[in-house]
Amino acid sequence: MKIVVCIKQVPDSDKVTIDRATNRLNRAGVPAVMNPFDENALEVALRLRDAVPGSTVTVVSMGPPQAEAVVREAIARGATDGVLVSGREFGGADTWATGYTLALAIRKLGPADLVLFGKQATDGDTAQVGPGIAHHLGLPVLTYAKAVEALPGGKALKVVRATEDGHEEWEVDLPCALTVVKEAGELRIGSLKSKMAAKKAQIPVWGVAELGPDPELIGLKGSPTRVTKVFAPPVKTNRVRLEGTPAEQAEKLVGILAERHLV
Amino acid sequence: MNEIWVFAEQREGALQSVSCELLSEGRELAAKSGYELCALLLSENGAALAPELFAHGARKVYAMDAPQFAYYQNDFWSAAVRQAVEARRPEILLFGATSIGRSLAPTVAAALHTGLTADCTQLDFDPERKLLLQTRPAFGGNIMATITCEGTRPQMATVRGNVFKKVREDGAAGEVVPLAADLSQVPCRMRRLAAVKEGGEDVDLAGAKTIVSGGRGLGAPEKFSLVRELAAELGGAVGASRAVVDAGWISALHQVGQTGKTVCPKLYVALGISGAIQHLAGMQSSDFIVAVNKDPAAPIFEVADVGIVGDVDAVVPELVKMLRARRA
Repeated sequence: MKIVVCIKQVPDSDKVTIDRATNRLNRAGVPAVMNPFDENALEVALRLRDAVPGSTVTVVSMGPPQAEAVVREAIARGATDGVLVSGREFGGADTWATGYTLALAIRKLGPADLVLFGKQATDGDTAQVGPGIAHHLGLPVLTYAKAVEALPGGKALKVVRATEDGHEEWEVDLPCALTVVKEAGELRIGSLKSKMAAKKAQIPVWGVAELGPDPELIGLKGSPTRVTKVFAPPVKTNRVRLEGTPAEQAEKLVGILAERHLV
Repeated sequence: MNEIWVFAEQREGALQSVSCELLSEGRELAAKSGYELCALLLSENGAALAPELFAHGARKVYAMDAPQFAYYQNDFWSAAVRQAVEARRPEILLFGATSIGRSLAPTVAAALHTGLTADCTQLDFDPERKLLLQTRPAFGGNIMATITCEGTRPQMATVRGNVFKKVREDGAAGEVVPLAADLSQVPCRMRRLAAVKEGGEDVDLAGAKTIVSGGRGLGAPEKFSLVRELAAELGGAVGASRAVVDAGWISALHQVGQTGKTVCPKLYVALGISGAIQHLAGMQSSDFIVAVNKDPAAPIFEVADVGIVGDVDAVVPELVKMLRARRA
């Protein structure tokens, strides 16, 4: 099975702090990591590769040159190889233009049986790029996959999909695309051999010359949406602390909740 | 006349609350824009659900009926929505930010080559530029961003549940407009084998009006019973921080935060949760936040409307007692 996993480099949300004066993130010095949900998608890919002999796992990332680090990291964890899509022309892309661009890169890799994504990236939280790419590639997509199994015969997958109040079980024909949630499995550490391979790996960087996009459809120009205003969320001005014994604190709280019709 | 469409999401024939909330808010947008408020309904029998959509403000219900619409199947549903949009050309198309809306809308937006904004918490209309102003929390809710879609139509957004109030008007009437969906060219590439509900009412974090969440400050896994007890008393769902999910105290279905679920209930009660940014990102848009924590410097208190510095062990039993007394 030829598997492609899309991964994104994001700021490590565990290490980000907030400047309460400006309500902005303190980004300086925050390490960049692989998007946590993409780790789960990569683990799904590696498990399928282990289960289906002859499979390969190729990772694709789009970002600035330093995003090469997450591609290398993915190889260290066990991916076969990887590609970075990078170039000034791609800058300012919204989810539509990002999906279009990454779809070109996945096409260039040759026909894939399975394209995997994390359910969303923790910096944008949109969850839109995966289904968008699936459309551009003409693939069926199942979102929020939490368990994936190759069915005998190699023509289809069995997928358990998380919903708000439970789960659904689906059988989906290959080729297809899936977006993956955390429950799908924690990413393995990687073997000594894969770590060595990552050190030596040549990671191709594909830009406009390699992908040959329609220049009207990439970057800011190809993005239907615009950010027109950025502002701090309204600050809560009447925050209160309740003092007293536990019983007094509880009584005050119930009073406040009752006043606001919350109980 | 230009139109605003709300995708009326039904699951196994049950209309989702967020769709009614969106129609209710859509009335305001209709008033500001002069557009007509309509619902797009994919189901087996649209006539059955239409009256509820009229009651929440739809003047027209575009009903697409087909057996393939009994439950969500992305290939069929996205093809149908695309056909409806291409036939009637609405200016605005809104979806609930549910597991269905957040999958269907990006497929449709990719196909229509138009913009889509995820997880909006405010909507407004600029009458001069005739633009939908779509505001969403960015960077885990620390910044709000207003997004517009200028050159392409429809302007599409998914909108979170529990943000807008439902306004119901009994007996409001409207017109059912049947639309034919041509699914003959849509290949059937996936088959649903089963749909299973898990763990009862207390895991539906997305739909919950009240959520009570527990974190490592509870001290021990068995103390999670305090969280469940208060949630039951308040009629709410049970949430958890990543730390306790990772420690195996409770299933990942309950996890609130950046790597779990993003929630915005009317009331969020955080018990023994310190408030790591990754947790705050998932809940700080909640309407009213109560935090109980031993550490007066815990970051959770910075987003809490009401803070109680104290022991969850001591405070929660008192709370439960008082709520019970109040009901009696």
